[in-house]
Amino acid sequence: MTGLLRVENLHVRLGGSHVLQGVSFEVAEGSVTALLGRNGVGKTTTLRALLGLVPREGRVVLDGVDVSGEATHRIVRRGVGYVPEDRDVFAGLTVAENLQLAVRNGHARYADVYRLFPELEQRAAQAAGTLSGGQQQMVAIARALLNDNRILLVDEPTKGLAPLLVAEVASALERVCAQSTVLLVEQNLAVVRRVAEHVVVLDTGHVVHSGPAHALLDDRERVHALLGVS
Amino acid sequence: MSTVILLAITGFGLGAMYFLVASGLSLIYGLMGVLNFAHGAFLTVGAYATWYAETKLGGLPVVPRFLVAALVGLVAGGVFAALVELVLIRPLYSRHIEQVLVTVGLALCVSALVTAIWGTDPRFVALPSWTQRTTGVLGASIPNDRWIEIAAAACVLAGLNLFLRRTRYGLIVRAGVENRAMVTALGIDVRRAFTLVFAVGGVAAALAGVLAALYFGTVDPQRGTSLLIYAFIVVVIGGLGSIRGTAVAALAVALVQQFANFYASAGIGDLSVVLLLALVLLARPGGLTAAAAA
Amino acid sequence: MRRYVVPLALVVLLAVVPKLAIDVPVLFADGLNTPGTLQLLALMLVFAGVAFTYDLLFGYTGLLSFGHALYFAVGVYLAAIAMTKWHWGFWPSVFLTAALGLVLPLLVGAVSLRVGGIAFAMVTLAFAQAGSVLAFKNPGRLTGGEDGFGVDYTKLPSGLVGILNTKNLYWLALAYAVGVFLVGRGAVNSSPGHVWQAIRENELRVQVLGLRTFDFKLMSFVLASFLATIGGIVYLTLISGASPSVTTPDFTLALLVMVVIGGAGARWGAMLGGVVYTYLDHRLGDVAGSHAVSTLPSVLRTPIQQPTFILGLVFILVVYFAPGGLARLSRIGRRPLALEEIEA
Repeated sequence: MTGLLRVENLHVRLGGSHVLQGVSFEVAEGSVTALLGRNGVGKTTTLRALLGLVPREGRVVLDGVDVSGEATHRIVRRGVGYVPEDRDVFAGLTVAENLQLAVRNGHARYADVYRLFPELEQRAAQAAGTLSGGQQQMVAIARALLNDNRILLVDEPTKGLAPLLVAEVASALERVCAQSTVLLVEQNLAVVRRVAEHVVVLDTGHVVHSGPAHALLDDRERVHALLGVS
Repeated sequence: MSTVILLAITGFGLGAMYFLVASGLSLIYGLMGVLNFAHGAFLTVGAYATWYAETKLGGLPVVPRFLVAALVGLVAGGVFAALVELVLIRPLYSRHIEQVLVTVGLALCVSALVTAIWGTDPRFVALPSWTQRTTGVLGASIPNDRWIEIAAAACVLAGLNLFLRRTRYGLIVRAGVENRAMVTALGIDVRRAFTLVFAVGGVAAALAGVLAALYFGTVDPQRGTSLLIYAFIVVVIGGLGSIRGTAVAALAVALVQQFANFYASAGIGDLSVVLLLALVLLARPGGLTAAAAA
Repeated sequence: MRRYVVPLALVVLLAVVPKLAIDVPVLFADGLNTPGTLQLLALMLVFAGVAFTYDLLFGYTGLLSFGHALYFAVGVYLAAIAMTKWHWGFWPSVFLTAALGLVLPLLVGAVSLRVGGIAFAMVTLAFAQAGSVLAFKNPGRLTGGEDGFGVDYTKLPSGLVGILNTKNLYWLALAYAVGVFLVGRGAVNSSPGHVWQAIRENELRVQVLGLRTFDFKLMSFVLASFLATIGGIVYLTLISGASPSVTTPDFTLALLVMVVIGGAGARWGAMLGGVVYTYLDHRLGDVAGSHAVSTLPSVLRTPIQQPTFILGLVFILVVYFAPGGLARLSRIGRRPLALEEIEA
């Protein structure tokens, strides 16, 4: 089955080290795939490479189109929603302006977004820099939901959040995942359990495991060996 | 007292010119990470285009002649700046050092070309007679050109603020100054914003060139470079990417220069400005408003 | 050992130039051993050296300074002032200038290096601009203001004065260039030198390794500035006068152009750049006045008459098509290196 997103032999060199040494995997349409691996193995780099934010070699095929050489904004306009690791909301802009910036064409799904995150509508005029971590995370996710995206790339959405907020974001994520194709990087395995159907594990620059989520997550020994956690 | 008024208002006039040059520099650096050494060349192009247009419009009375020529100068500055961005800067995408070097080369070329064609001597510009007279303010006689410079800068400041806060491209610029990569990750082609920012900077610098012609009564090939140095100082003190900071810093630098040059001796003002820069930077490397993008 | 044959042969060849009564048509107006040509060659050698000092800062340590002119100017002005205004002898003046050439960058560097990147560039610009303002302002009638002043030639060693002694000046300039090269290369290949290059690549990584990068940067700054000050003294003997044009940001930018055209951080790149730039700067002026050029249409003729225009154009072309500089021409056609990627 050809996936919505296909990555073939991705190489990335950053600051002298060969971070990704031939990464290949697929994300099927409608599925939620989690990209797992130890800290620093290159999960975030993989997402950034897919978007062309770092120089890379290899093939990236989105919806049957080879986007390997395209500029970031072109790839994104093909229908990619990106929720970056550190949220990267624009601190000097208001919540409304942050969302406005993300709108790509006429019919932005403000209704859906505000239903999911009613707080954002209340705080529309507030400067994004004054929001809490959890609220900024909501803005980051909302941005990716405003447009009709073919796939969402979500990078550690619960990172650095208090447990209560983790639960909130996880719920929101669950609802999002039910309706979209998602490639998710996440260290929190409980969250992965809730939403992921498929997992791809990275280690030393390669994909070392790829398969159904529950199969891996139920195998404690395997999880410990591959991810160093239990 | 009247001396203080004169110095202050002249300081405002000079500050207006610094602001016009520095605002473009600040936006360009804040958004694109390019230290544009060719910005002085935009000023020179604007000033000389104005002078040249004036000589060709000999038949008209002075006021419309000056205004039309000034308009020509502004357009020339903006178009030249946009072309520079499209032809020289854009192909070098993220190679920042090369981009800076190219602007250095361009500055040399433009300065040399202008000198080659029209010589190093200043050329006189025909100015509306009202600008050569003075107005009395609290006992001081203020040359009227100062009012135009202040008004022009105030308009540009207001205009820039409107642009940044109310338009889509302004939004893109404000976001891009904070985090350019994320803007592209939202599907926006920042390169158009780059060209726009260069063009706006070019028009503002050209306006500074026109106003300098008004202030000094002449155009000359060196003025772009000498104003540029102070504009750099203003930009760094005010914080790269911040229009508000630039405006405040421009005023501060101009006023310090005027008062120190008068009350101490000529040249001390320039030294003080330089000292001010060193002090500010050592205290706050990001400038007064520290709005620089990472 | 074989590596040294070519450079050694080159130095020997350069050393015998004043004995060669050869005409090099087009390239030089007179024969090689004439005072006019020797003067130009000497200037080319001095700037080869000074450009290399700037390369130590920019090409090897990655410090973009806009104020290098200050130290060169100190070499020119202080020596000239000591001899002419204070009536000191030659050697005392040289020692005083050399001493300031050590102390001044130590002080200024200690302050400027507290910040990095653009802020550092601006602070160095600020200090140099202060020096420039002083030179133009003519405090205590010491600096001669806008016009500068001629040095009291009775204070100079007799071997360096007079048209017939131009060959001695040439040899002095050659000695300076060779000396700077040896000292500079020695420094770059030493362990502090390796740290400088590591700092240029990735300062954070060097700090993570536990090294105080500030100390190393200061070392590079002081060495480069000191060697530039010595160059200023040599330059003074060559042109027998001080003029404020050596204090301006334009002068530092010229050094930058030399280094980039020649090749930043490449072995002899900066020196090549210094030679080429100085040559073009002087000869283009002559070419511009020549018969061949005067027959060109004015559209072409006017730009050519300004050497700075040609130099600026060459500079832009080099940055675009050969960013590694002339020293790395073999890379043309392959993917151009970003300056950050260039290895020594």
